[in-house]
Amino acid sequence: MEHHLILRVITKILIAPIILFAFYVQFHGDFSPGGGFQAGIIMAVAFILYGLVFGLRQCKSVLPDWLVHRIMALGVLLYAGTGVAGLIAGGNFLDYSVLAQNPITGQHNGILIIELGVGVTVAAVMISIFYAFAGRPPRISDEDW
Amino acid sequence: MGIFDTIIYVLSWVSILSGSAFLIIGAAGIIRFPDFWSRLHAASVIDSAGMALLLLGMMLQAGLTLITVKLFFIGLFLIITGPTSTHAVANAALVSGSRPLGDDSSPTITPEQVAEAVTQTPDPIEEEPSKL
Repeated sequence: MEHHLILRVITKILIAPIILFAFYVQFHGDFSPGGGFQAGIIMAVAFILYGLVFGLRQCKSVLPDWLVHRIMALGVLLYAGTGVAGLIAGGNFLDYSVLAQNPITGQHNGILIIELGVGVTVAAVMISIFYAFAGRPPRISDEDW
Repeated sequence: MGIFDTIIYVLSWVSILSGSAFLIIGAAGIIRFPDFWSRLHAASVIDSAGMALLLLGMMLQAGLTLITVKLFFIGLFLIITGPTSTHAVANAALVSGSRPLGDDSSPTITPEQVAEAVTQTPDPIEEEPSKL
């Protein structure tokens, strides 16, 4: 029998609620505690849990290195792109009020997109830090120093 | 405030206070107990009785609102994850050869047997992709 059977079963049960909760924290962040940073961490935790229990190799087959790096860049692009969109629409950098006809709607949409960019970036950075630590060689001999 | 509200109020404070008492008992046990296994036992009091009573008290305070639903889900999450983390910690201690105090008899499972069983399941970080 599998030695870590309990952990594997519980992990399978928990990963979907963790991702759902990450989305809740992400998109409910303007009405309740939460936002991009917290949601990104929670999203990354789901993948880190999967990697810890099922193995780094399997986690990388779900979310390979090159994809993590591109997601990281995509989040920053989303953030900066919103700022530039404000410039193009005639406001200052990161001025959300000009993004829609109604300034209130514009601010609402702007903060939502900004937080999405932050969340995506934080999640990707956390996963890539986990990959870097978990993928290191298990032992460093004295000659390697 | 009607009599019904008063009863709910008193009940909620009874469960919050008794839950806090369980937390203090568990914390004292974690500090005062001599070895790892009995400390784990003390921590389980916090996990079960303390958490359940505190959440129940807060649910009674909140009434039939969204907060109660959130508290219910927090309780569900803790009920699933608490025993699992305790299992992981106890399993790691058993594998590393820790035995309860006063256990002078030869253990039914020797550390060598446990180590052998674990080495048959390779380290998750290193292992081949699992079939599970």
